[in-house]
Amino acid sequence: MKLQKATRCALFAVLELAADPTRQLSANEIAEKYGISTNHLAKVLRSLGRVGLVEAVRGAGGGYRFSGHARRTTLLDVIQLFETIDPIAQGEREDGDGTPEGQGLCRVLTEIEDTARATFASISLDTMLKLVSRYR
Amino acid sequence: MSDAQCRAGDRAYAIRLARPDDLPQVVRLDVEITGIEKPDYWADIFGRYSCTGDENQPRASKTRRNRFFLCAADGDKVLGFIIGEIRAWEFGSPPCGWVFAIGVDQEARSAHIAQTLFEAVCDRFRKAGVTQVRTMLARDDTLVMSFFRSQGMMAGPFIQLEKDL
Ligand SMILES: CC(C)(COP(=O)(O)OP(=O)(O)OC[C@H]1O[C@@H](n2cnc3c(N)ncnc32)[C@H](O)[C@@H]1OP(=O)(O)O)[C@@H](O)C(=O)NCCC(=O)NCCS
Repeated sequence: MKLQKATRCALFAVLELAADPTRQLSANEIAEKYGISTNHLAKVLRSLGRVGLVEAVRGAGGGYRFSGHARRTTLLDVIQLFETIDPIAQGEREDGDGTPEGQGLCRVLTEIEDTARATFASISLDTMLKLVSRYR
Repeated sequence: MSDAQCRAGDRAYAIRLARPDDLPQVVRLDVEITGIEKPDYWADIFGRYSCTGDENQPRASKTRRNRFFLCAADGDKVLGFIIGEIRAWEFGSPPCGWVFAIGVDQEARSAHIAQTLFEAVCDRFRKAGVTQVRTMLARDDTLVMSFFRSQGMMAGPFIQLEKDL
C-alpha cells in the first residue's frame, strides 16, 4: 500500500513535532531530515495548522510546534486530511461494477481497505511514536 | 504471585485472581460494556478460569496454571478484568498467550487499569514459558484495538476467516 506524497509529508511532520511538543522546528529543518521539498512541506504544514495539529511560532527562530493531542489523534485523522481511505463500496463507481465479477472484486478490495482503515484508525500518534522508537 | 498494589488517581487497587464471588460484578461490567446478558457463558467461564486456590501451589493443575482470569479490585469492588490462557498448536502455532476478554468499569477508565491488567497477564504468560501474546477483536472496535496497539501489539501472521453457514 502506498500513501500520497502530501500524506507522507504530513505524517513525518506531525510525528517529528509530536515527539517533543515543546520544540519548534522550521519547515526547512523537517524537510531536510526526511529528504522532502520544503515548498511542498510548507503547504502541508499550513493544512495541519488549519486543523490545529501544529501551530506556527512567529518571530526570530520561528517555526512550527505540535499543538494537537498525541494520544487521541490517529494516523487516520492525519491521512484523511490529504486523501480518502473509504471503503470502495461507498466510493466512485468503476467500469464493470454492476457485473457479478465486479461485485466479487469489490468484496475482496473492500476487505483489504477495511483492514487498512481499521489499522490507521487504531494507531494514535503516541502509539506510533512508541513504534518509531523501536527503530532508533 | 502476590496481589500487586496499584494506584489509579486517588484509588488504590490490587490485581488478583478472579474468585467465584466476583461473578455478579464481572457479569454487570460485561452487560454495561456489551449490552448483552450471557449468564451461561459467564458461569462456564468462572467454572473453568476462576480460582479457588493458590495459583503458585505445586498442586494447582496444569490446566489451571495455563488459564488466567485476573481482576483489578478495590477491596471487594471489581474495577476491571482480563481473561487469557495459553493455547498451543492451533494451525501450527507454538504455545502462545491468548487474551480473549478485557473490560474496565466506565468510571475507572483512562487510569491505566487495563494496561496494568494486561501487563499482569503477560507476566504470567512469560512465567509459564511463552514469548508471544495474541488476541482477536472486531475490526471496527477502535477503542479496544487502540488499547492493544498502545501496548505494542501489531497484526500477526494469522488471519481470521469466516463464512455464513
Ligand atoms: C479498552 C479498555 C479495556 C481500556 O481500559 P482503560 O483502563 O481505560 O485503559 P488504559 O487507561 O489502561 O489505557 C492504556 C492505553 O490504551 C489507549 N486507550 C485507552 N482508552 C482509549 C481511548 N478512549 N481512546 C484511544 N486510546 C485509548 C491509550 O493509548 C492508553 O494510554 P494513555 O492513557 O497513556 O494514552 C476499556 O475502554 C474498556 O473496557 N472498553 C470496552 C472493552 C470491551 O468492549 N470489551 C469486550 C468484552 S470482553
